[in-house]
Amino acid sequence: MRRYLPVAAAVALLLLLAVLQPWLRFVLTIALSTGLAVLGIAMLLRAGQVSFGHALYVAAGAYAVAFARPHLGEGLLLLLLATLVGTLLGLLVGLFVARYRDIFFGMLNLAFSMVAWSLLEKLYGLTRGTDGIRVARPMLLGFALEGAAWEWALLLAALAAALLAGALVARYLASPAGSALGAIKTRETRLEFAGVSARRVLLQAYVVSAGLAGLGGAFVALATLHVTPLLAYWTHSGELVFVAILGGTGNVLGPFLGAVVFELVRVHAAASFPDAWQMILGLVLLAIILTAARGLVGLLDDLAARLGRRG
Amino acid sequence: MSGPLLEARGLTLAFGGVRAADGIDLEVAHGEILAIIGPNGAGKTTFINMVSGYLRPRAGSIRFEGREITGLPPRRIVRLGIARSFQIPQLFAEHRVIENVALHLAARDGFWAPFRPLLSPARRAEALAILDDLELARLAEARADTLDEGARKLVDIAMALALRPRLLLMDEPTSGVAAAEKHAIMARLVAALRRTSVTAVFVEHDMEVVARHADRVAVWSQGRILAEGPPEAVLADPSVRREVIGVEGTAC
Repeated sequence: MRRYLPVAAAVALLLLLAVLQPWLRFVLTIALSTGLAVLGIAMLLRAGQVSFGHALYVAAGAYAVAFARPHLGEGLLLLLLATLVGTLLGLLVGLFVARYRDIFFGMLNLAFSMVAWSLLEKLYGLTRGTDGIRVARPMLLGFALEGAAWEWALLLAALAAALLAGALVARYLASPAGSALGAIKTRETRLEFAGVSARRVLLQAYVVSAGLAGLGGAFVALATLHVTPLLAYWTHSGELVFVAILGGTGNVLGPFLGAVVFELVRVHAAASFPDAWQMILGLVLLAIILTAARGLVGLLDDLAARLGRRG
Repeated sequence: MSGPLLEARGLTLAFGGVRAADGIDLEVAHGEILAIIGPNGAGKTTFINMVSGYLRPRAGSIRFEGREITGLPPRRIVRLGIARSFQIPQLFAEHRVIENVALHLAARDGFWAPFRPLLSPARRAEALAILDDLELARLAEARADTLDEGARKLVDIAMALALRPRLLLMDEPTSGVAAAEKHAIMARLVAALRRTSVTAVFVEHDMEVVARHADRVAVWSQGRILAEGPPEAVLADPSVRREVIGVEGTAC
């Protein structure tokens, strides 16, 4: 099973990092949750559409957890609920934005996310504004966990979610409707002359992407135990697109690879150069775009191809 | 089934001052292969565009299998059984050739099954068979944007065929195809159409292709039908020769 080799290697590396550097468990959990949202962004990028507003769905998932936590003690149910909230919100917004393409698609997504951000800020009575909402640590599978056990459990749950989502999205992308996303990018009208609604193709992917972002947001809420309106802010949306390009959209490993590298660069750069870490991230992206337009997975593919020729 | 497969009555459409359709009446019988000829700007492509739903005629009606389809959007018309190919090939440039065809096979059924692969063994075999009909099987794994103009043209037709239409509209199917291959390709295409009893209407500039492969010819001129009938009679008509063949310079 050659094609599962990169995934197995990535999982092993991730677990090794988490064992060797205990403080990375939190960072890696955040990275996997970012990866879930970016996986959805990557689907839309296949259709040539860039959403600058997907932080909306991350925030929706995170706030769903924060609002439901007082009534719901089980973490897995919170994760499911957040996915559902992201999906439904994605359907609602998607019915509107899936009609638009390119810059209009990108800007409308941005607009929706900024409306959500300002609502989260202004409706103090409901959301506690910029203070955000603290989330009490829930149980996982009925176990009340603390400290390292909780960190491990959450990391493994995020890893399981990432593997499941990656596998399902990979199969979806190989299906006719998933494959047609690329057709929206190159010759959308021909889809209509095949009797297929291009809008429906995009909407379907959009709803899935929103659900994935909602799930990612739930993991953020559970890892940080605190949600703020900043989750919906446009810089967060931009960050998701940044990671998608960094990782590459060629296959479903890219978003997670990109997210892990992004978070590791961020924490190390922020620790070593507190004033310049954003510049360092910018330079990393610049280097990737200039040297490997297909992102980190593209780089790995080329490397594997070269090794394969030699061996 | 009685009555014509396609029936156009009094189609009218103008672009600014140009009458692209000025009272087009045309019937297409089940199983026939009809060629449309005429000088550039006569409205041949406009007719294809109206029947396939890309353009809406200002007046007149189009009936397919007795059913009114005038003004329906392309997606609805395709579902009723009319497929088309394009003068300028419209391919999914970043997909492989076989995927281009398979997407059209899937468009008929199973398109929304989220976890069944586009290239399932059955669909792959069916796509290859269609490509083989047009001698394209060797290009199946090539990316569409790497093909030359002639191959792109034929893949475009293969995509339309994959929709298994009852009526196939083709806009200059052999333009861009190397002259030496034209007749062989056309013969295979026509054989495939007859075998699957697909009716076809095609716009063509090459009079030899028309004479050899069409059952009937309709001559367009300034948005009207100047003449129609069997190729040998129509192509011998002096007014047709003056209007079309004189301009085209490709006498048969």
